[in-house]
Parts: sequence; C-alpha cells; structure tokens
Amino acid sequence: MNRVKKLTPRWEILPVAIFLALWEVVARLNLVPGQFFFPPFSVVMREFGHLIANGVLVDNFLSSLIRVLIGFFTGSLAGVALGIIMGWNEATNKALHPILSLLYPIPALGWLPILMLWFGIGELLPITIIFICSFFPVLYNTITGIKGVPTGFIRAAEILGASRTEILKTVLVPLALPNIFTGLRLEAGMAWRVIIAAEMVAIPTGIGALLMRAESLIRVDIIIVCLIVLSIMCLCFEKFFIFMEHRLTGKWG
Amino acid sequence: MPTIELKNISNFICRNISATISNGELLVLLGPTGAGKTTLLNIICGLAPYEGSVVFDDEPIDAIPISRRRIGYLFQDLALFPHLDVRRNIIYGLSIKKWGQDQIGARLDEMCTLLNIGHLLGRYPKDLSGGERQRVALARSLAPVPRVLLLDEPFNSLDIKTRKYLRLEFKRIVKALGLTTIFVTHDFKEAEEVGDRLAVIESGRLEQVATPQEIFFSPNGYKVADFLGSPNIFDCEGYEALGNGLVKAACEGFTIVTVWDKGDLRKIAISPEDIYVSRDEPPGPPINRFRGTIVEEVSSNSLITITIKTETKDVLARIRKEDFLAENLSVGSDVFFILPLRNLKGA
Repeated sequence: MNRVKKLTPRWEILPVAIFLALWEVVARLNLVPGQFFFPPFSVVMREFGHLIANGVLVDNFLSSLIRVLIGFFTGSLAGVALGIIMGWNEATNKALHPILSLLYPIPALGWLPILMLWFGIGELLPITIIFICSFFPVLYNTITGIKGVPTGFIRAAEILGASRTEILKTVLVPLALPNIFTGLRLEAGMAWRVIIAAEMVAIPTGIGALLMRAESLIRVDIIIVCLIVLSIMCLCFEKFFIFMEHRLTGKWG
Repeated sequence: MPTIELKNISNFICRNISATISNGELLVLLGPTGAGKTTLLNIICGLAPYEGSVVFDDEPIDAIPISRRRIGYLFQDLALFPHLDVRRNIIYGLSIKKWGQDQIGARLDEMCTLLNIGHLLGRYPKDLSGGERQRVALARSLAPVPRVLLLDEPFNSLDIKTRKYLRLEFKRIVKALGLTTIFVTHDFKEAEEVGDRLAVIESGRLEQVATPQEIFFSPNGYKVADFLGSPNIFDCEGYEALGNGLVKAACEGFTIVTVWDKGDLRKIAISPEDIYVSRDEPPGPPINRFRGTIVEEVSSNSLITITIKTETKDVLARIRKEDFLAENLSVGSDVFFILPLRNLKGA
C-alpha cells in the first residue's frame, strides 16, 4: 500500500513544472525585452551548479546560516525564558512590560545604524540583529501562551498537590507550547529575511552580500540563485518547526 | 474520612454559613446560579478567601495550603489536562507526591477497575466522550486518596440519559469508598437522587439543611419553596391499600392514587411542572384526573405558571408557553389536569 502511495504522482508539482517550463520558453523566445535581465531557468540552474562547484555559494550560504542559527537560537532561547518568567510572575511582567513595549515596535533593521557604531562591521552585528528579530515575537508569544492557560488547569494541579514550580513545569509550559511554536515558526522565516537585508546593507559576506555583488555586476542569474536559496531556507526552517510542533503537541493540540 | 465543619464562613458571596457534614455523608449543595455554591466549595479547598473556619475532624485547616489539604475536586469543566493522556492524568497527583512506581501502578489499576476505564488509558482527553471524561476526571480526583471529595455540577454538560446513569454510578462509588462528599447542583431531581441530605443555598446564605423529603414537603421559607418550584402539597386525611404497592388516599377533597409502602401516609406532593393540563377531557380511567378553572397565569421565560382553582384547593401547574397557546388557554378557562402516578411523592 505504501509503495503504491509512493508511486502516485504528486500533483502539487504540476503547477511548478508548468511555471518553470513557461519561464524557460518565454526567456528563450526573448518574449521579455532585455534578455540579460531575464535568463532562462536552465541558465540559472547552470549558474547554480557553477556557484556550488567554485565554493562561492557554499561559503556565503554557510556565513548566513551560522549567523541565523546563532542569532535565532540565542534570541529564541532568551525570548522563551523571559517569556515564561514574565507570563508566570506578574511582578516581573509589570516591571519589564513597559520597557519591552517601547522596544518591541522598533524594526530589527532599525537597530542597524546604532549597532554598527557599537559593534562595528563584524559577525556580532548580524547575529545581534537576528537576536533582536527573534527575541521579541517569541517573547510575546510565550507570555501569551503562559497567560492563556485556563485557570482551571492551574487550580486542578494545585489541588492535586503541585507546587508553583511543578505547575510551571508540568502544566503551564507544555500548554504554552503551541503558542511558543507559532512564534518560532514565524520568526524562523523572518530571521532569513532580516539577515539578507542586513548583509545587503552592511556586511561583506553572506547570501545578502552576494546578492548585492550580483546586482552591481548585472548578474540576474546569480540574483535568482540567491533568491532560490533564500526561499528554500525559509521553507525548511518553517517546515522544521511545523514538524517539531507536531511531534510535541500533535497528539493533543 | 473526616467530618467537615463550616464555622461562620463569610466572604464576598457567602454570608455566615455554618454546617456540619458527617463522616461519609454525601451532602448536596443545592441552589440557583450565583447563589454561592461554587464559592463555598472553593472556600473549603482554599481557592477563595474567607473569614470563619473550615474544620476537618476538629482540626482547622484554614492555614493549610491548598496542595496539602488532601481534597479531591471535580470541576464543572473537569479540567483534564489536554496534553496528558488518560494514564498520566490519573497518576498526576501521585507523581507529584512522589509515590513509588509500584504504588502508582497499583493505584492506577484500582481506579481503572473502580471506574471501568482501563481501555482508555492511552487516549487523550479530546478523544473521550463526555461520560468517559467524567469517569477519568473522577479517577484523577480519587487517585491521591483524598479525605474529602468536592464536585461542582460535574454532570451538567451531559445528556439526560448519561447523566442519570453516571450519577447513580457515582453515588455507588462514593458510598463504597465511604468518602465525605459535597456535591453541587441546581437540579432538585439530581439532588434528591444523589444526596443523603441537601443544603439549600440562596444569595450566599444557607437556607435549609435537611433530607430531600423534608425539604420538599416542609421547605423552610418562601425562598426554598420558590427554588423548588413551589410544589403542590396535599394533606392526607386517610388512605386505603390497593395492593401492588399502590394506595388510594383522600387528600383535601382529592382522591389520589399513588405508590406508597412506607407506613403512614400524611402528605402527597407534586411539582407544578409534572402536572398535565388540557382543555379537553383526557382519555383513560378517571384516576388522578381532576377538573378546575384557571384563575391566574404568571409568565416567565418560556414557561407559564397557572393557578387552577378546584372546589377544595388551588393547584399550581407549570406548562410551556407554546402548549398554553396551542390549548387556547387563558384565565377563566375550564381545564382538566392529571397528577401522574410516577411524579407523586409521599411523606
């Protein structure tokens, strides 16, 4: 049965195949004026292979990936940890909420000029930008998740003998997981968008920087390769968190 | 299991409530919505602030934290943890109290046998039916061996059939365990079926604590009578046995046939909503069928309470507004009414 299922054509691929075929035909027949600006799909793929073979794409991709992973991991971890504390402890929430409310609306890229002056052009700059980009949404989703746990569950745990710490560990955090994962999932994609923007503006390495170099050399094929990489990475990160959310909460969520 | 004493309990809803619930007794706290029933349960388990004292077996528990009061509490919405399967829900309290694995396993088996839920252990609450959820929630409350069991309208969300079955099952289990229990409901029929004694609460005050029969036949004041739906009570002057547990009683000019096998029959009562009313003479033998004239109608929500005047006594009946209109009834209408055998209560 599974073998049959595996052999069944995935019809979702069809629109993508038609799109790529159209792209190839339109570009080959010069239906779009200025063919330099619209290379065929096959040329883009050839350049993709070339960039991988000469290591340019891999180097830049790894630079961006490491920045995203470090920034996103630390930002999310801090967001989840502080979110749990603020959601759980009203005094902490009241003390920190005003200042965080002021900082949250600032777009992550808005920090770029001041961070450039503070940290200079180096690895710390993009990582900090990603940290900020991940921290706030994850923080607020975690607070919402913890505070959104119905009082009935807390009371039930309390009556069954649980201490405050046990209630946090066994009731509040597990029940806040769907909210936490929503934050993580949304910000995973956002982290890639922000790192590309940061690299385009201020950092000499990474996919964003490669994009800017390709733009100055009028290499649309390389630009499209970078966009494809970006799209795949956003999708992979998002799918990873959907998978993790399903693993952790799928049975009951 | 302890005797519970409530000594001058007051807070934002409850007003100077004092009562004693004996060891192993099943007391039903009965009252309308907002009367303070849930608040009183919350006071007993420490979830609501209060003045006065809650005493278990002569020991005040006011200073004991909620987690150490050893109370089983079945919430109205059950509050089963959605992220834990049935097994982990039931043993939650035991794991928290660091019971050994062998003890937990043995207690889990006991609960499964008692409530017949062994086949549900791997399921999550969202995959359970209403009745199954009730059983699992009860198992979770009973598993840590509570001293007292509190139940806040636990069967409210169920259909009538499941509800009736479960409350009988529940009573059997609680009695078998000998638990001192307080059961909250706003339904008198449920209360009289479940409780050893009833405590009627209204606007935060305890109006009457007595057996269901005492409350029904001798309500203490108009608030209790009004909450019970102002039952019609007939004083009986005499009766004769008809056999098969039936008696024919003469009560205030009415000859009423009822089920009775408990000695002297002094009163017969029936709730107004249990009386059938029609403009046309109902078919069947002329037993428990009477005639009268509607002299008053009082409308509330979807029901109309009518006063039917007979030669000897005014009788209250409560019928649906649509039936009232369909029968073309109004003040002054001559009507027939039936006192159904199975709805009559004797005392």
